[in-house]
Amino acid sequence: MASEGSTVTRRYNYLLPLLRSPMYTIGAAFLVFLVVVAASNVLTGEYTPEQFIQQLIFGLSQGSIYSLIALGYTLVYGILFMINFAHGEVFMAGAYMGFFTIYGFQQSGFLQEHTFLALLGTLIAGMLASVVVAVLLERIAYRPLRNAPRLVPLITAIGASITLQELFKLLFGASARRFPDIKLYVFQSLFEGASCETLRGETICRDGIDIVSGIYTINLLGMELTIRPISFVVFFVSLAIMIALWFFIQRTKTGRAMRAVAEDKNTAALMGINVDRTIVTTFVLGALLAGAGAVLFSMIPGNGQIESRMGFFPGIKAFTAAVIGGIGNVPGAMFGGLFLGVAESVGPSILGLSNQLKDVVSFGLLVLVLIFRPTGFFGEVLSEEKV
Amino acid sequence: MALLEVQDIHSYYGKIHALKGISITVEQGEIVTLIGGNGAGKSTTLNTICGIVRAAEGRILLEGEDITKTPPHEIVARGIVQSPEGRKIFTRLTVRENLEIGAFKRNDLAGIKKDMEYVFERFPRLKERQNQLGGTLSGGEQQMLAMGRALMAQPRILLLDEPSMGLAPLLVEAIFDVIEYLNKENGTTILLVEQNALMALGVAHRGYVLQSGYITHSGIASDLQNDPKIIEAYLGG
Repeated sequence: MASEGSTVTRRYNYLLPLLRSPMYTIGAAFLVFLVVVAASNVLTGEYTPEQFIQQLIFGLSQGSIYSLIALGYTLVYGILFMINFAHGEVFMAGAYMGFFTIYGFQQSGFLQEHTFLALLGTLIAGMLASVVVAVLLERIAYRPLRNAPRLVPLITAIGASITLQELFKLLFGASARRFPDIKLYVFQSLFEGASCETLRGETICRDGIDIVSGIYTINLLGMELTIRPISFVVFFVSLAIMIALWFFIQRTKTGRAMRAVAEDKNTAALMGINVDRTIVTTFVLGALLAGAGAVLFSMIPGNGQIESRMGFFPGIKAFTAAVIGGIGNVPGAMFGGLFLGVAESVGPSILGLSNQLKDVVSFGLLVLVLIFRPTGFFGEVLSEEKV
Repeated sequence: MALLEVQDIHSYYGKIHALKGISITVEQGEIVTLIGGNGAGKSTTLNTICGIVRAAEGRILLEGEDITKTPPHEIVARGIVQSPEGRKIFTRLTVRENLEIGAFKRNDLAGIKKDMEYVFERFPRLKERQNQLGGTLSGGEQQMLAMGRALMAQPRILLLDEPSMGLAPLLVEAIFDVIEYLNKENGTTILLVEQNALMALGVAHRGYVLQSGYITHSGIASDLQNDPKIIEAYLGG
């Protein structure tokens, strides 16, 4: 009898959570509602496949930037169990440095002459600036609090975030800056006269595809799609950086040391690992990604307002992404960022909402994820010991 | 000059005065054991030597050089390695990665490879499971891994904290075999903390008996084994 009883329970296991908490019921009802609305918009033709593909591409590029930033949150959380709320400012520092670098390149004509090298230089400069800020942050704000109760560094992080914002405002003023117009034509022999521009009624065509500022209309399987190559550039550059990070964490000695320190600092020290240096390495890695994300973000035409508070929104989005993926989990942060980017790009219009409501969509998603999987998609249940 | 000299150290765990003047000498090539009941201060002694717990008073000398204030990772670089109590293997690293972490301070790839092969030969279970996560191993296998990891470090002085805890008798013997092998073949000096005082005194040259932060007895292992007071208190005689 007892065994029969348990099979019955097991069969209806998936219903138990619904009974367990009214939040589950509300969440589930809301989820069903969203799916129904989205499905009806798709079926009635309110939402077209063209829209979907365009928004998917845009969402993946935006999301890959979220992933880059989210990885910084998750790496630091994985090793110190603290949320580095100043990570958005590490991102902001990268954008500023990127701006000054590319502005210098533009003034000297290097940007126009060697656009690719100039962009590469800008990317590297942005990454380095972020690293400097992150290392100072760790050294000055967090290391003295290594053994403090967990709430203390958290508050400090918020303080550091505000301090950095004000410091940058003081240094560089409150005005918003923007990357100059960049044109980078590639595949010139493949696409002869593909890039046309109309200025004062005069149409000029150039060879190749402008992968930074260009907008192209293409026909694919009978669909007319408007594509911005920058989306692909951002996505694939981010992907390459993330693969490099994954390789570093999994395959190198330092990466192994990072994972060991994340699990048990004392034992790691007993193995001869320099725990402090490993923690700095973690901050450096997070900052490299954030700096790269900042330059990519600022490169996207119409995106890059560079000012002292620019880190806040990408930062909070990336933090959301890290939580959705499971904070502390590296693949989780990668996935969470892409998921959030696509969700807030596709979400509003598939639900028939204004695009201005994209933040409602992403934070609404966060609430849903926290209801059904409080540890995030890839998160593990924390053991008592770790807590 | 003794290889390792602990001079009158005092250590605190929070407000608890755990060590109240411990002095230990370990000569090159010896196996020295620390025995004593729970809370006697055995693990604290090892942790103080490793720099994980800071000595409030007293000095620790390695070949006459003061290492009392040296950070833990540099102490490892100087050849003192602890295999901590409760195994403490990295559960989210694979078995092989755990062994590689053991050799973190070494750069002689050929030597690391050779030691890895020795560990796998000694503990075939580890070889079978080298790509599994450490957390998926059984308790005994984890202890083998902890021993293997310590061995990979090629320490001059190996500090072993309760290597036989919670193991089946057959495994306990395997672990003690490795301890003797390391001492005889590799010339590793060993400081061994054990609950199993009988086994420990069996392999050790000398021993210290700890009780609530003090050393109460010390001497040649065979003498301690025959001391009626110690037999009564620790050897279940």
